Amino acid sequence: MNSVILLLSITLMYSTPLVFGALGGVISERSGVTNIGIEGMMVVGAVAAAAGSYFSGNPWIGFILAGICGAIVALLHAVASVSFAADQTISGVAINMLAPGIALFACRQLFEGAAMSPIAPKLPGIVHEQMSLNVTTIIALIFAVIMWFVLYKTKWGLRIRAVGEHPQAADTLGINVYKVRYACVLISGMFAGFGGASMTIAIISQFTQTAISGHGFIAMAAVIFGKWHPFGAYGACMLFGFTQALVILLGGGDFVVPSQILSMLPYAMTIIVLVLFVGRSIAPKADGIPYIKGSR
Amino acid sequence: MEVSSDYAVQMHGIVKRFGAYTALDHVDLDVRKQTVHAILGENGAGKTTLMNILYGLYQADEGAIFMGGEQVAITNPNEAIKHGIGMVHQHFMLVENFTVTENIILGDEVCGAAGVLDMRKAREEVMALVDEYGFDVDPDAKIEDITVGMQQRVEILKALYRGAEVLILDEPTAVLTPQEIEKLIEIMHDLIAKGKTIIIITHKLKEIMQSADECSIIRRGVYMGVVDVKHSSETELASKMVGRNVNLTVDKTPAHPGDVTLEIRGLTVKDERGIEQVRSLDLDVRAGEIVGIAGIDGNGQQELVDAITNLVRSESGTIKMKGVELTNKTPRNTFEAGIATIPSDRHRWGLVLPFAVSENTVLERHVDAEFGAGITLDYAKLREYTRELIERFDIRPNGCEDERMSGLSGGNQQKAIIARMVTSKPDLLIAFQPTRGLDVGAIEFVHKTLVAERDRGAAILLISFELDEVMDVSDTIAVIYHGKIVGTFAQGTVDENQLGLLMAGGELK
Repeated sequence: MNSVILLLSITLMYSTPLVFGALGGVISERSGVTNIGIEGMMVVGAVAAAAGSYFSGNPWIGFILAGICGAIVALLHAVASVSFAADQTISGVAINMLAPGIALFACRQLFEGAAMSPIAPKLPGIVHEQMSLNVTTIIALIFAVIMWFVLYKTKWGLRIRAVGEHPQAADTLGINVYKVRYACVLISGMFAGFGGASMTIAIISQFTQTAISGHGFIAMAAVIFGKWHPFGAYGACMLFGFTQALVILLGGGDFVVPSQILSMLPYAMTIIVLVLFVGRSIAPKADGIPYIKGSR
Repeated sequence: MEVSSDYAVQMHGIVKRFGAYTALDHVDLDVRKQTVHAILGENGAGKTTLMNILYGLYQADEGAIFMGGEQVAITNPNEAIKHGIGMVHQHFMLVENFTVTENIILGDEVCGAAGVLDMRKAREEVMALVDEYGFDVDPDAKIEDITVGMQQRVEILKALYRGAEVLILDEPTAVLTPQEIEKLIEIMHDLIAKGKTIIIITHKLKEIMQSADECSIIRRGVYMGVVDVKHSSETELASKMVGRNVNLTVDKTPAHPGDVTLEIRGLTVKDERGIEQVRSLDLDVRAGEIVGIAGIDGNGQQELVDAITNLVRSESGTIKMKGVELTNKTPRNTFEAGIATIPSDRHRWGLVLPFAVSENTVLERHVDAEFGAGITLDYAKLREYTRELIERFDIRPNGCEDERMSGLSGGNQQKAIIARMVTSKPDLLIAFQPTRGLDVGAIEFVHKTLVAERDRGAAILLISFELDEVMDVSDTIAVIYHGKIVGTFAQGTVDENQLGLLMAGGELK
């Protein structure tokens, strides 16, 4: 019984950064902008959260700062891919290459040349008798519900989805495609930033270079696996978190599987899931296609 | 013309330039209230540009717009909607996986507090409109599940929902069956009776004669005047549009069919999603005859052509060319078997636009010994050969062999493809939408060439979404529906209504 609860709490813990990243992916791609740069935005969020929390002594300031910094990086992506109709994949890749550099540079500037931050105050946890939860886990769930409500129950959601499916149609009805896409990409960056923060000031308590390593990419896989739906993506992240939890539990036990093999599990899972499901999951029609007014 | 409140819309002295190119040169348009006003012109004449200016998608460089006698400034679609202008675009502006109601309210949603959608009320409002105008549309159906005719009615509803008084219909009949066209014309007259004004953009003369009261003609961006349709004829409209007398009918002698050249039996082809698009299709094309395939876009025409030309794998069945098996071979085998293809989308399949015209003219034949030595191409030879073709097929501008293909007009690009196909003296010529996007003069050329090839003894397979073209050019007409040939007729033994019924999946009594 104890190990089941342990498995569950580790699953929730590890899936939280992925959930934030995936929610960021969902909102951006629903509006028609592929955001490969989630990973980079998470890295920047991770360092911003640790620094904000360390210097202010208040982890919530770190959390909010992470969201802001993630959005600032996303602004780069929005300018390139929405305003200048650049290839969204290239812009995203550029951000992924740029962000770890920015993060490390900021870290060395702020912390006297160290490649990792000092221990920073963590966000509070919710500790029950047998189980402890990070507050970020709850926040992520709430955001998933809000995003579902906004996307499917409000006029803003209707417009976002229309822009991601048929931007010309939205344009002829007087919806500003560029504004919608900008807003969605910025929100996407904010979520990715939160995702970084939920790693460095909730799961661990400092920024390290490897704090975010591939989480953004797994989150993107979760978006596809979850069919661009907030709950679908949420469930997919749980699955990936679960494999991560298995790695930890099995690695700590007396199993004969080498730990290197075990730690491949989440990534191998990503590939397998993508191969099995990507064909069956249908992306928003205009996803990844820059909108240029007047071209039809 | 004087500005007056008798007119729903007046556009005076409209000039629109794109860079150095003048798309519209002082064009006038005067649309009386409660009439159907047609705008006639060839492709690229500027009809759609003029309407995009009225709808606020483009800004005119000069000129003024009046509505009901008052000057208005329309800078974006929102302004146009506020002035009561609605536009139904040629390519529908509908979100495929949204419902009818969602599409209609998009951008002007029915909301409760804080932007929360009130779909029940929205549905009621849509239903009220559907009932008022007697449209046969299910408000809860998804767009991807309803017919093209219904989608068009949704587009009209979208405009009416926004309070449109003036409706612009851009090429509204291009995708419809004859029955759906009739229904549309009925709807148009109904809307007029209810006080609306309709502007219809088209290059189809017959529909203008059937539906319009007046017709303004634009030729290459220049206004050619307005015609009272009742006192005019198709021939008069055509010559005003093109600027010379055109032959609207295809001249040809009766066919003398020979042996079966192309024989298809039980052909099944799936698309990339694994859905069967061609379903156990049988077809024969004989030497010296033109077989025309009539059908609405998306009934397996693309997959059929792709399978014959070996661009996709056939699932089952056989394709034989003069008795020799050609199923699931390579495109090169296809060409070597004597098949030449005029593709439906010349930019995607027929040409390499950034290449020179001379390079494009030998695309299939670049490996021939004639054009090279060893592994190199003989460019001097290539140019000389291309110059011959330019002369023979009157490809303009003359001496364009070194120009990029992308610099040529659509009609001349098509001529280049046809030149290439015809000089290979094919036994089977597949012409898929050969006149797509061409003006009346170029269409005449294409049809003449097809008939000449037939008379040389080639088998011609013509696939077109333009029913008139299939009926005029073909010796034998086959109707395709849902990937199957549902009827075959000799030319002249079937009328438009019968074909239209079959094209829509109906049956002949």
